[in-house]
Order: sequence, then C-alpha cells, then structure tokens
Amino acid sequence: MNSILFSFGVMAAEAHGITGYIYPNEFELHWGLLVVLYPYLTGLVAGAFILASLERVFNVKVIMPVYRLSLLTALAFMLVAPLPLLAHLGHPERSFEMFLTPHSQSAMAMFGFVYAWYLMVVLLLEVWFDYRKDIVIKSREKRGIKKYFYKILTLGSTSLSEKALQFDNKAGRLITIIGIPSAFLLHGYVGFIFGSVKANPWWSSVLMPIVFLFSAIVSGIALVLLIYIVTSLVRWKQLNMACVNKLAEFLLYAMLVDFSLELLDFIQRLYESEESIAILSEMVSNRLFISLIITQIILGSLVPMFSIIMARFGRLPDELRRILYFLAAILVQVGIFSTRWNVVVGGQLFSKSLRGLTVYKLEIFGLEGVFMTIFLLLLPFVILYILTKVLPPWSDSDKSMSAPQG
Amino acid sequence: MSEKNTKILRRDFLKAASRLIPGGLLFIMAPGTQALLAAVEGKEYDPSEHNYAMGVDIHKCIGCGRCADACKKENDVPREPTFFRTWVERYAIPSEGEARVDSPNGGIDGFPEVKDDRDIMRSFFVPKLCNHCTNAPCVQVCPVGATFTSPDGVVLVDREYCVGCRYCIQACPYGARYLHPEEHVADKCTFCYHRIREGLLPACVEVCPTKARVFGEVGQRSSPMHRFLRLNDVTVLKSWLNTKPKVYYAGADGEVR
Repeated sequence: MNSILFSFGVMAAEAHGITGYIYPNEFELHWGLLVVLYPYLTGLVAGAFILASLERVFNVKVIMPVYRLSLLTALAFMLVAPLPLLAHLGHPERSFEMFLTPHSQSAMAMFGFVYAWYLMVVLLLEVWFDYRKDIVIKSREKRGIKKYFYKILTLGSTSLSEKALQFDNKAGRLITIIGIPSAFLLHGYVGFIFGSVKANPWWSSVLMPIVFLFSAIVSGIALVLLIYIVTSLVRWKQLNMACVNKLAEFLLYAMLVDFSLELLDFIQRLYESEESIAILSEMVSNRLFISLIITQIILGSLVPMFSIIMARFGRLPDELRRILYFLAAILVQVGIFSTRWNVVVGGQLFSKSLRGLTVYKLEIFGLEGVFMTIFLLLLPFVILYILTKVLPPWSDSDKSMSAPQG
Repeated sequence: MSEKNTKILRRDFLKAASRLIPGGLLFIMAPGTQALLAAVEGKEYDPSEHNYAMGVDIHKCIGCGRCADACKKENDVPREPTFFRTWVERYAIPSEGEARVDSPNGGIDGFPEVKDDRDIMRSFFVPKLCNHCTNAPCVQVCPVGATFTSPDGVVLVDREYCVGCRYCIQACPYGARYLHPEEHVADKCTFCYHRIREGLLPACVEVCPTKARVFGEVGQRSSPMHRFLRLNDVTVLKSWLNTKPKVYYAGADGEVR
C-alpha cells in the first residue's frame, strides 16, 4: 500500500502521520480515550456482577468471601461508567434528551434505559436486600448522624424477623437471576453499538457483543481478584486461598473462551479476505502492533493464561501462587484495556475509503485527555472505599456485621 | 386585410414565437420554477410535494473545486482543510497497482501535477458529498433523532438538538460528516436546504462551470434529474451497504468508493 503514496499533500499528510488517502473529514478522530474507557468500565461492572451471581445463583460457596465485594465493585464502577460518555459529548447539557425523546431505532438511545434498569433494578436493589439486615442492626447500634443515615438507608423496613430475612434472601436471589441476563444485556449491548456499524469493517461483526461479554467477564473476575488480594494485604487478613484458587480458575476458563472467540473472529476475517483486508492488515501490522499483538494477545492473554495454569495446577507454594495470580490479574487488566483501545481507536485509524491510515493523537490535558482518564479510572476505587466503609463487605472481621446470607 | 399584410403578420408571429417558445420552455423546465411560481403566488413551501436527488457526471468534472469553495462560503463551513460538506477527489489509475487518490484541501485550490513513477493510464475527478441515503445509517443511529430525513428526502441535522455524540459520523460510510468545531454538533451537506426551498439550486450545482452536477426532483419528467437518470448509466457509492443513496454518479469507475 505504501506504493500508493505520492507527491502532493503527502508531505503535509505525513507530518500528521497519515499514509495513503483518507476522506478529508476523517482527519479528526471522533471517539478517543474516554470512549475507550466507557466499554472498559461497563465491562468491569458486568464481569464483577456475573462473578457475584456465581455464588448467589449457582451456589459456588467457595467464592463467598468476595461475593459482597464484587457487588460493591460493580456498583462503584457502574456509578462512574456514564461519566466518560457524558464528558465526551459535544453538548453534555442536552444528554437528558436521550431519556426524554429517545430515538427508538438508535442503539445508543437505549443506553439510558439499559443503564437505569441495571443500576436501579439490579444493582441497588440487590445490594439493599443483601445488606438490609446489617443496615437495620447499624441503625440500632450507631449514635448521632450515623444512626439517622442508616435509618434512612433502611427505607423504613426495619423488621429482623425470620420471615423478613427469608424474604430478603429470596428477593436477592430473584434479582440476581434477573441480573444475569441484565449484565449480559448491558455489555452485550455495548458490543452491539460497535458491532452494528456496517460502515466500519473493523467493527461490523456479529461476534462483537459476545466477545465484549466474555472479555467483560474476564476483566471483572480479574478486578475482583486484584481488589481481594490488595484489600486483604492492607487489612492484614489471611487470604482465603480456596477462594483465590477458584477465582483464578474461573478467570482462566473465561479467558479461554474469550481468546478462542477472538481467534475465531481473526481467522474468519483472514479467510474471508474481504475488500477491507488489505488496509486492516496494514493497520494491525503498523498502527496496532504494540496494542494488539504485544499487549492484548501476548501480555494480556497468553502470559496470564500460562501463569494461571502454572499457579493453579503446578506444585507451587501459596506465596508464589498469590504473586502469580496478582501479576496475571494486572496483565489481564492491561490486556482488556488494550482490547477496548484496539476496538474503539483501531476502528478509526483506517479510512472508510480503505485507502489510508491516520493516527490518534492522545490529549494530555482537557476533558478528553490522559489526566481525565486517570481520574475516571481512580474514581471508582474512591467510591468503592466509601462503600466498604458504609457497607463493609468483609466476612472475616467486624463482628457487628453478619456474614452474608448464602 | 390584404394578403401581403397577413403574410407579414404570420412571419412576425413565427419570429416572435421562435424567440418566446424556447424561452418559455426553458422557464417551465428550469429547476425550481414551480417553487418560484409558488413563491410568487404566496404559497408556502410544502416539503411533502418534493423528492430531491443529485446527479454527478464524472466525465464532465474538471476538478476546479469551485463547488467545494462555493459550499464553504454559502454554508459557513470552517475553512480548515479538515471540514467539508462537499469535496473533490482525484483518481489516478496506473496500468498496474493500486489507484492513487488525493484531495488537497478538498480540491478548492486545484490539483497539482501528478508525480508518479508509474504509468498513469487515466485520471478523473469525483465530487463527493452527503448521499442523502434513503436508508440513512446516520439517521438510524442518532440517539435523540436530531438527524432526520425530511419529507422531501433531504437528510438534515437539528443543531439545537444534536448532543454531539458523533455516532452518526461513525455510521456514515462516506465520510460526509464532521463535528462542527465551534457549534460542537454534527454537520453535513443539506443540499443547501435554505436555497432549494426557495426554488434555487444548491450552491455547488449553481457554480459548476461544466454542469457536472445536476439537481432536481426524482420522478418528475420535466426535471433535469429525471433526464440525467434517463440518459446515463448511473451508479451509487457503496451500493452493497444498502444505504440507497440519492446522489447518483454517471461514469464512476469501480475504483471509486
């Protein structure tokens, strides 16, 4: 393709990193770092929630120590998930129009409803039913403002009778059952936003929602694993090794499915070899080499899968296992972030004329810059910290809190 | 009346008629005449009575870029070379290998000489613009319905309503949209809607010195658009995407996309 570069305009274009021909309006990349962040965050929400549901619905008792933690993690990330979208809009003050006058044919218009459903009906309700007993106890034991704070949180439902607690448990279970398809919907839908753009051969794929979903599960489990290891360290508590092993196992299975699906997508594209294949191949080997081949596939998938297999099934001391799990989970996060990057930014690096490539120039400051992204990445952890103070998720300490109901 | 006088009169009549009839015919056939007449009669513009389309004849385009320039002036499109409602591409087809395409500043400043070591067999210009698709993907994806198809078949953006999410820009297969740098809303060709509803031609059609662009009603025998579709082998861009464009190209090479 390089041979199609000639004389005029090329000098100027090359100064901007453009090769070949792009439509003039394609000079500016429209979905940047913040839009990379959005599917990354929602993926973590969906993944963490699906992990929690494993314990609740499928009775995987061994991961009980992280059940509440994953719920709160999902909630914390859910609260931040729409912020990058909002910050990226040209007119954020009009964003409410999506609720008031949604365009029924638009996939994006459904975001508000899927989000509201997931936050209000699934996450908040589930957390409330799960913690209601603790909230009532706290509202009785605490003094001053705290007492009233917890009183408000009870929403007037203060009964601790056997019957009431049983109802909490039942309701929680029911919501989780509704929650699983909702979590699938939430992230599958984000995949659909990209997968349904027929103008873009990099995005347009029926596999996109499914790949998004499995990568979401991967990132969610890895995140909860990370948070569990770190919080146990900080709190000077013994890690529940059986739980960590199980988490790592689930992580591995999810990664195997995710990796296979992405491989299938890759092979299918290469084999079909449609009109776009030349420019996409050029993009992968030039523009996305580091973020796709190195960080997504090698560092983000193969290395962590290999280290989890070693740690989980090899004869290693627990210390070493923990370190391997920890490193694998971090690499998985890097890998999944790269995946989002490769989808969102990658889909805009080639021209729809299929004749040229452009570049994405990262902003450092400003509303769509690196600092904003770091802020939005840290914010869920701050929220999670506050949530764990208000509603402690730990099952191994703080005797005033009951162990979570199974 | 004598016979001589009658003959003179008949001759005068034929002379006058020969002057008047073509003029009159032209007047009747001129695009937008009806709208003009309607305006004279004080009748409101009714979009449901119209269905517009544009034709582009590749053989006639000389790549002067006046259309792109006129468009920018008429519609206050930012002058930077990265925002266009319409632009002109130059294709150079070598005897072997990939076609070479360029569009320096949308063709507004003209095209410099092709410097290519390869043997360029032929070269041609392709004006591009919003295709005002019947199945417009941009309309489909807009979350608030700010992008819509008007009853006269023109795809428009409501600037007061657009939230600036840029999903429409992603969904457009033709690169016809951009985000207005000052208004922060999606922007694109409107077929010069403010002009056509007054019975005028879009600015790009108006200024084209070779009549490479044709504009008018579809399905109206008197319309130049009808004539264009009748007399040319036409194609639309990226037909396989089923967007059903309403900008038709005559003489477009298979390389054009």
